[in-house]
Amino acid sequence: MYVSPEQMMKDKADYARKGIARGRAAVGCTYADGVLLCAENPSNTLRKVSEIYDRIGFVGVGRYNEFDQLRISGVRHADFKGYSFSREDVNARSLANQYAQALGHNFTHEMKPLEVEMLVAEMSEEDGGDQLFHLLYDGTVMDTTSFVVIGGEADAIRERIEGTWSREADLGSALGSSVNALAGPDRQLAGDDLEVAVLARQNGRRAFRRIEGDDLDGLLA
Amino acid sequence: MTLPIFVPGDDPGPDFVGLLDRLGVGAFESTAPFDAAQITHGTTVLAIRYSDGVLMAGDRRATSGHLISHRSIQKVFPADNYSGVAIAGAAGPAMEMVRLFQLQLEHYEKVEGSALTLDGKANQLSQMLRNHLPAAMQGLMVVPLFAGFDPRTGQGRLFQFDVTGGRYEERDYAAIGSGGLHASTVVKLRHHDGIGADEAIDVAIEALFQAADEDIATGGPDTVRGIYPVVALITVDGFEQLADDDVAARTGTLLDRLRGAS
Repeated sequence: MYVSPEQMMKDKADYARKGIARGRAAVGCTYADGVLLCAENPSNTLRKVSEIYDRIGFVGVGRYNEFDQLRISGVRHADFKGYSFSREDVNARSLANQYAQALGHNFTHEMKPLEVEMLVAEMSEEDGGDQLFHLLYDGTVMDTTSFVVIGGEADAIRERIEGTWSREADLGSALGSSVNALAGPDRQLAGDDLEVAVLARQNGRRAFRRIEGDDLDGLLA
Repeated sequence: MTLPIFVPGDDPGPDFVGLLDRLGVGAFESTAPFDAAQITHGTTVLAIRYSDGVLMAGDRRATSGHLISHRSIQKVFPADNYSGVAIAGAAGPAMEMVRLFQLQLEHYEKVEGSALTLDGKANQLSQMLRNHLPAAMQGLMVVPLFAGFDPRTGQGRLFQFDVTGGRYEERDYAAIGSGGLHASTVVKLRHHDGIGADEAIDVAIEALFQAADEDIATGGPDTVRGIYPVVALITVDGFEQLADDDVAARTGTLLDRLRGAS
């Protein structure tokens, strides 16, 4: 039976979008000290937010096995690049391009598209230089310096965070606006429902820190 | 440099050295025989367990045969936040081994989402030494010391190795390299249960001084150029290298004492 290329791409895209929309969302935004990564994730062991390199963080939503494989390949890419050249030569732009290539190749050549949406964030040593790369299932890549929402109900969450986000916000208020945007008007999210990490300028070489337990509850209170 | 993605059967997991092999970058290449006296060697390093953790220290000299090739080389490195590695032997391969070891620990932590245990880290270093054995047999010997704070016991621990990858945990102290024998005698005479950080630092500085006094390949304090031993403390708060000023002041006190005694 003949299926037009347009129809085939549309079917694949619908399939991927449906898979991604089923999962819970995540938000990444810049704030005064760097980048805040915040995901709605009731699991304490299966991570959505992770460290890639000294100043690079990763958030993935959708099918866990698929974005986790991409996360690990990102760690390998970064560590190998830093080993071959210098640690300063590793950057998020190059990694985001590699991810876009892999996702785009998979989308056009494989039967099943990857049901993932990802965020690659890089903290800059200078204020205001932080970058966020937003990657879609088909290899589309977008960059911004403000905030990125990935996963289910992203449009509604984006609208909510748009009104409250500010580049000069401290950690507490950046977290507050991210969590309120994720929760929406009818829900409350507690520390146990969240996975939070920062890439912060005061953290030294490895800027990635998870914020968990009492520290997280304190910031949410 | 493309994204390294592997099929499940060929996946190196959290092993960075295995990843390098798959990417066609052999970590340690075997070499043809050569004159070992031409190779830069680093010498005396030591580790001492004390009440809050473990101390590592090393002199700053590197030699090629009978020549001093570097006066301010570093032989004590952080392996990760809670452990350190110190090296004696052929400097080039040793530095490369340290670099790979640091990367391996960080790579594992990122891929797996949790750090290796202290024993796991020591075992990794063991395996790297075993892989290096062919080069060691041709004269490129590398012998490290590994020490760290073990959060499970709340204490410092230290490990000695041999060129074959043999791993030997020591209870209180260890010293290796050409001046290691003299250094360990000093530590042996002054070490006691419950030794504090302050005293352990002074013992380490004196041990390196006495080693330099007896061994030509170990560098003593260089007050003209302001070069002093590297001393690092590893505790529950992590790896911290002492400031040069602090080591210089303590060296001054030691020299005054020795002058008074002579």
